[in-house]
Formats: sequence, C-alpha cells, structure tokens
Amino acid sequence: MAAAARFTVVGGGLAGLMTTIKLAEAGHQVDVLSLVPVKRSHSVCAQGGINGAVNTKGEGDHPDIHVKDTLRGGDFLAEQTSVKGMCYAAPGIIYLLDRMGVTFNRTPEGLLDFRRFGGTLHNRTAFAGATTGQQLLYALDEQVRRYEAEGKVTKYEYWEWLGTVKDDAGRVIGSVAMDLRTMEIRTFPAEAVCLATGGPGIVFGRSTNSIINTGTAAGRAFMEGAIYANGEFIQVHPTSIPGEDKLRLMSESVRGEGGRVWVPRKKGDVRSPRDIPESERWYFLEEKYPKYKNLVPRDVATREIFMVCRDLGMGIGGRDGVYLDVTHIPAKTLDAKIKGVMEIYEKFVGDDPRHTPMVIFPGMHYSMGGLYVTFESDAKTNMPVDGSPKNQSTNIPGLYAAGEADYAFHGGNRLGANSLLSCIYSGMIGGPAMANFAKSQSTSAAAMPEKFFQSAKAYWADRFATIKKMAGPENPYQLARELGDVMTENCTVVRYNDRLKKTVEKIRELKDRWNRVNVLDTGEVANRALSYTNQVWNMLELGEVIATSALLRDESRGAHYKPEFSLPEPKSKDPTQDPEWMALWRKRHEKWAKTTMARYASEGPQISYEPIATPVLDPEPRWYA
Amino acid sequence: MDTAQASAVSNQSITFRIWRQDDPAKPGHFDEFKVPYRKGANVISCLMEIQRNPVTSDGKKVAPVVWDAACLEEVCGSCAMNINGRVRMACSALIDKLEQPITLTPMTKFPVVRDLAVDRDRMFEALKRVKGWVPVDGTYNLGPGPRQSQKDQSVMYVLSTCITCGSCLEACPQVSQDNEFIGAAAISQARLFNMNPTGKLNSEERVRALMGPGGIQDCGKAQNCVKVCPKEIPLTTSIAVMNREVTKLAIKDIFFKEDEQKGSSGPA
Ligand SMILES: Cc1cc2nc3c(=O)[nH]c(=O)nc-3n(C[C@H](O)[C@H](O)[C@H](O)COP(=O)(O)OP(=O)(O)OC[C@H]3O[C@@H](n4cnc5c(N)ncnc54)[C@H](O)[C@@H]3O)c2cc1C
Ligand code: SF4
Ligand code: FES
Repeated sequence: MAAAARFTVVGGGLAGLMTTIKLAEAGHQVDVLSLVPVKRSHSVCAQGGINGAVNTKGEGDHPDIHVKDTLRGGDFLAEQTSVKGMCYAAPGIIYLLDRMGVTFNRTPEGLLDFRRFGGTLHNRTAFAGATTGQQLLYALDEQVRRYEAEGKVTKYEYWEWLGTVKDDAGRVIGSVAMDLRTMEIRTFPAEAVCLATGGPGIVFGRSTNSIINTGTAAGRAFMEGAIYANGEFIQVHPTSIPGEDKLRLMSESVRGEGGRVWVPRKKGDVRSPRDIPESERWYFLEEKYPKYKNLVPRDVATREIFMVCRDLGMGIGGRDGVYLDVTHIPAKTLDAKIKGVMEIYEKFVGDDPRHTPMVIFPGMHYSMGGLYVTFESDAKTNMPVDGSPKNQSTNIPGLYAAGEADYAFHGGNRLGANSLLSCIYSGMIGGPAMANFAKSQSTSAAAMPEKFFQSAKAYWADRFATIKKMAGPENPYQLARELGDVMTENCTVVRYNDRLKKTVEKIRELKDRWNRVNVLDTGEVANRALSYTNQVWNMLELGEVIATSALLRDESRGAHYKPEFSLPEPKSKDPTQDPEWMALWRKRHEKWAKTTMARYASEGPQISYEPIATPVLDPEPRWYA
Repeated sequence: MDTAQASAVSNQSITFRIWRQDDPAKPGHFDEFKVPYRKGANVISCLMEIQRNPVTSDGKKVAPVVWDAACLEEVCGSCAMNINGRVRMACSALIDKLEQPITLTPMTKFPVVRDLAVDRDRMFEALKRVKGWVPVDGTYNLGPGPRQSQKDQSVMYVLSTCITCGSCLEACPQVSQDNEFIGAAAISQARLFNMNPTGKLNSEERVRALMGPGGIQDCGKAQNCVKVCPKEIPLTTSIAVMNREVTKLAIKDIFFKEDEQKGSSGPA
C-alpha cells in the first residue's frame, strides 16, 4: 500500500466524522458518504451531554468508577476492553472538543461545567446547553470542512451506501453507492470501509430518532455476512413526548438538573397538576430508589413508568403519561442549562414547562446492539492496543463499524451521555485501525481487478431496475409503518414469548408482501420512494434479527425484560445477603451473560451465543435500590 | 395510541396545495391533497401521511412529494420551506396554527432539486469561505482549552446553534440564485470563530473573506434575516460587529500601506 491510501467512511455523524478526521490527519484520502449533509446527521439531536470522569467537582470521580458504572449499567454484557479504553480516553476527548471550540457550559471560574446523569452518583457529564450533540457534531464537521478545503476529504452528501465490493477471498475492497439526486450508481474503491451509519430507530416506526435512521446499512451488511450482535437490547427512554410523527425526547438532563417524576396519588385525579398539593403527589421513583432517586438507569425508570401506567392504571387521567416536573426550578436556571429541551416542549405541545409540569411517556430511543466488532486487548492494561487493525473490525475483513452502528460499548443498557462518547472514541481508534489494516495487506484495493467492481455495480443496477418496475398493490411506507407498530407493541419495554413469536411471523408476512410492492415513483431525479423501497427490505431483516434475538433470550437483563423469566425479588435489601437468591442469580448469569450473535440465512437469522471475557470487572448483581 | 396527550382523529381534513416539479429544468405545478386531521399534527407529519397514500384531492395517483427532513425537532435544519408564503421550518409548523389551504413551495434562493427539496450547497461553501473552524494543532491530548467566562460562553453558544437552514438567505432581498452574497448565517459564524480564544488567532483571515465581492458590504440592512431565523440568532448584531471589524481592518490596511511606503523610501 502507498503511504497515502483511499478509504471510505459511511456516515457523517460523530462516529463517522471522528474516523474521517483520524484518517485525514494521518495523511490519507477519505470519501465520506452520507444520506444527508453530514451537518444534519442524527447526532445533532443529542441533548444532554457527554461523559468523562474529569473530577472537577471534588467528588473523587475517576475513570475506573466510570468503567464500573458503565459495565454495571449494561448488566455485564458490554465488551470490557473497549469500555475501559473509552472511559480512560474520555477526559482527553472532552478537552479535545473544548479545544475545537465546543461551547460547553462553564463554571464561574471559567472551567468546564459538569452535570449529573442517570446510573451514576457523580457529576460527570459535560454539556453545551441542551443541544450538546449539535455542538459536538458541528465541531467535528468544521474540522472535516477544513480537511475538505485542503483536499484530503471528499464528501458525497445525498449518497446512499448500498453494499460492499468484495474480492474472491471475501475482503472488502470498496462499496457501491447511489446518488440520491441523479440516481447514479457507482463504486468507491477503498482500502477499508467503515460503517458509522447510526441506529435503527425507524424499524420501530416512531422513536426519538431522526427519520433517516432506518438502519438500512447495518441490515444490508448483515445480509452480506456481518454478524449482528445483541440486537434485542433496545433502549426505551423513560421520558419522551408522544407524537404522531415522532416521539420527541425530553433529555435525562431534565432530571439531572432536578426534574421530578410523579403522578397524582389518587387514581384518575382530574385536577390540574398545579392544584394538586405536594402531599397528594406520588414521587414513585424517589420513593422506591432513595439513593439514585429520579436518576436510576433508563431501563429501570422506563419500566417503573410503564408499570405505573399500564399495571396500576395510575397514569395521568388513567392513560399513558406521567408528570416530569421542573416548575420548582427557577426559569433562569432552566434557560441557562436546558433551554433547548424546554423549547422543544413548548413548540410541539404548546405548554410552557417552566410553569406547567410536562406529560411524558417512554419512547424507543437507542440500540445497544449493532454490528459485531472486535478489539485487540493489551494484556497489561486491559485496554485496546493502540493502532491495532483489529479494533472496531467486523468479521468481514476490511469492513469496520463505529458509533451506534456497533454493538460493543453499552451491553444490555446504555447510560445517558455515554453514547456521544462511544461514537467519538470508536472513531478515534477505528481510523488508525483501518489505516494499519491497509498497511498489512499485500495488494492494494485500488489495484484489484476491475471485474469485482463491475459485478457489484451490475448487481445493484439490476436490483433497482427491478424495483422500479414493481407495480403491485402494497405501499412501502405502509409496510414500514406496520413493521414499526408490531415492533413497538411487542419488542420494547415488556416482552412475552408468544407475542414475540407473532412478531417474527408478522415480519415474514411483511417480507412476503414486500414482493408485491408498488414503487410509487418512476421519476428519474431524486426518486426517494425507489431508495426507500430497497431500505424497507433491510429494515425487515433487522426487525427479524431484533425480534428473534429477543424471543430466544429467556431472561431479564438490562433493557430486555421478560416477566415470565425474571428472578424473584431478593429477601434482603442488599441481594448479596440472600444466599438463595445469589445462587439463582449465578445460575442465570452463567447461562445468559453472553453476546447474542445473529448470522444471516435466507430462512431467518441464525442465533448463537458467545461468552464474554471479564478481565476488567467481575460481574455482580445489578441493584440500585 | 392512548396517551395522555391524546392524538384524537376526527373526520375533519386538512387541505394542502403543494408545489410539484419533477425536474429543475421543467416547469412546475400545484397538486392539492386532503389529509385527515390529527391534533398536534405538523406539516411534516402530514407529508408523511401523503407518502402512505399519494392521491390528490381529485383522486389522481401521483408520486409521493419529495421534501427534506431528518430530526423533526428543529435542530437539523433540513426542512426549511415556504409555508403560506413565509419561510419556516416545516417540522415545527403546527397545523392548528396555519390557515388553510396550506400552501407549500420550495425556497427560491436555492436551486430546486425536486418538489420542495432544494440544494443549499452555497451555504456550506460560504462556511469554507469564512474558514468557519478553530484550527487545532491535532487530535492528540493537549489538555483543556483556554478558560472562558460564562458570559462569553452564553454569547457563543447562541451563535453556534445556527442550523444552516437557509431561512435567512431566503428572506434576504440581497441574495439571489445568481449572485455571490455570502448571507447572514456565514457572517454570524465568522463572528463566532473570531470570538473563540483560539479562533481569534486567525480573525484577520475571516474578516478579509468578508471584504471581497459578495462580502458583507452587499448587506442592504433590510433586517429580514433576524426576523425569520428559527433559532433567534442575533444576526443583525453579528453583521454590525463584523462590519466594524471590516472597517477597522480596511483602515489598518491604509495605514499599513503608508507605513510600508515610508519604510521603503529609506531614511531621509
Ligand atoms: C433525541 C436523542 C437525544 C440523545 N441524547 C444523547 C446525549 O445527550 N448523550 C449521548 O451520549 N447520546 C445521546 N443520544 C444518542 C446519540 O445521539 C446517538 O447514539 C449518536 O449520535 C449516534 O451517532 P453516530 O455517529 O453513530 O450516527 P448518526 O449521527 O446517526 O449518523 C449516521 C450517519 O450515517 C449516515 N448513513 C446512514 N445510513 C447510510 C447509508 N445507507 N448511506 C450513506 N450514509 C448513511 C447518515 O447520513 C448519518 O450521516 C441521543 C439520541 C437521541 C435520539
Ligand atoms: S442564521 Fe438562523 S436562519 Fe440563518 S441559517 Fe442559521 S439558523 Fe437558519
Ligand atoms: S426536520 Fe430537522 S429541522 Fe425540521
């Protein structure tokens, strides 16, 4: 390989842009592909902040505590090496972002300010108002623009990645992509390709995600042989505003800044929240979790809210919804710290949350699962080896994954403000890994015979020509909606095997109906329906992986909750004091503390389980009460 | 869905008149659609409804409307369009607050791609022109950046919430598809990076970028930009601040030239 090689990064969210910066900084050429201008990627939606144990608040915080919170928060399913690497890199990452000009909130002394998020007892979250993701993405976007101006980066915005180009040995030597404006299909030779394509929220129809987050790229990579891991672990955020088009997130930072969750003590109380006196409000999270209060991990808060509404019928007015109350906090403080969130509520609901408690309900938010990647662990530090080509690599040689699209960092449940961090960290180690992978190859992808590229391109030209002729009775957008409805109903907060079975059957039915789709649009320019129809198939594939993985995991862990297979409540407040319970826990743990690995087969995903190495932290019961 | 913010469906419907244009080179026309009324609906949720059933009011099957959107919470900047003749973000345009029929047309200051989707490339190019970035030495760990006061942070934060939506250019009488005027957004970004303690070190380059053709002197002070900005960015203040910077630099240039001339004439 020549000193400066050409790489493709798919996705211009935080993960993709950081990967790009690392490659360009090392002198390489990078093609960045994105469905939308990278500055409009879903990462802009992140509100609350980014974690790093900088310990500026005299609380004795330390990266090791961050590691522990993360592994425990994920119920010991996370890949431990990468988690440790990430938590140790976190303070440096926050400083780097600070140097890049992120407008982080400051203390009176001019230092970075930190707030508290769920699943920890420390103030560890750096933030820029309540639009932290936007600010971080812009900082990276600006650095990439600088490389673009220098000619090291070429952006292909409004381009959709369709699939890989492989050589005879199965190594990825490039990609096929489509220009979403001219509909041109072409290949992009690359020494290595990184999928930083974000999460699959739209597989659930409505979620807190951007509507471009269909997971199409991960779905396609899965079909091409990439392992999809821990698909069943879907984070449902406790606090979102239900809407017809989207579930708009009310960030955890609202509770971090003192927001309290409650319902009226009297079932079906019709009084306006402001007329209900303190003594007649039930702060159920504070009551049940006196230590973490409103800041228990997300899966715990979500289940509690869900049960209060569905099982106890204690939701506001007997329906789905509880109060998230910040009216006791001065409006000025709210505006300084979480104005972005306050404005979203005001704009889309019409009430001013500074004076009227918000009404919220859990909403699909994040996928802990994703493309399976590996790391090379340093035996001394138990962290990823610097520059190892193994880091962030999928099981397909030359194909990498980073950001929400990979499975590694969050296990069974992600802690708030750990995702922006994992996106950036995975890019920081993924970029050098790709460069070193290229160095280790004897032949450069660019020198590979033309036939590999031609046949990959022909496959896609053919597929779209076929889709364009589809004139059946089914509407692709309607099929996607049906998929979303069944996934949300059966595959989110509480899961039952009979319903999961029905979900898999329904997805098979939708796949069959997909064959009778009508493409709706035969236009030659910006034919979105054409691209979407292809995406819907990939969404169905991912939906089937998620539902099947959920069906087969007969236990409750992190965000995956099956009442039929849950452990009983321990007899003592501290579960380790109940030996009988501990024996049950250990048995369950031995059976299920494993990574779910889904492999593609035309008759449906093939699931197996891989044991998890625990060099960093021994598993223990996860307990927050 | 049975939520406390019930999204009631009624038999009312909403009427839309939507601009259709298959090809920027061909003439366009309006299609009319009727969409079932839902409480809390916005323009994008209605466009999504049309995707699921792309049939006009007079029963004609047509291609789904093409529009840009991603975040649906007014932070990605994708969905700017003219709604009843006024530029705004479609995702936060609540139906209940709009007069019917609701007329949707693409922004006019950018080339149409198709229907309501336009090409805003000129905005990103403008960010290159003003070197809208902090030139860091590299991504290695060099410790924290310079300290900043809470006051400076709060000014810079607001400037940095610009979502590159293009509304300010759309509303500006000085911007047209065939001129080079850089527009309010990029001028305001130049101010942001010139305020940053590290960005400041290159402030002169940014000010110079605003001096050339299509620069800040093309601003006609109509003040429309600040009225339409969905993020309420103080654009006219930014323009005034940068105008002063440009003037200062121009004066400095004159003196510098005189100094140089004196210097080159050698000791008397
Ligand atoms: C409302 C909300 C709030 C959040 N708040 C926080 C928070 O406070 N803290 C935190 O840590 N996390 C938060 N998260 C999670 C976090 O924002 C995301 O996990 C993270 O931004 C994902 O970044 P990414 O780089 O992996 O992908 P994204 O930012 O989603 O980017 C994906 C990119 O891939 C491109 N792409 C996808 N498919 C294709 C294709 N086929 N071809 C070409 N390009 C493609 C897209 O165009 C895009 O550029 C939040 C999430 C949501 C929904
Ligand atoms: S300054 Fe305001 S109107 Fe102009 S692009 Fe930015 S956000 Fe949009
Ligand atoms: S869709 Fe992102 S701003 Fe409207």
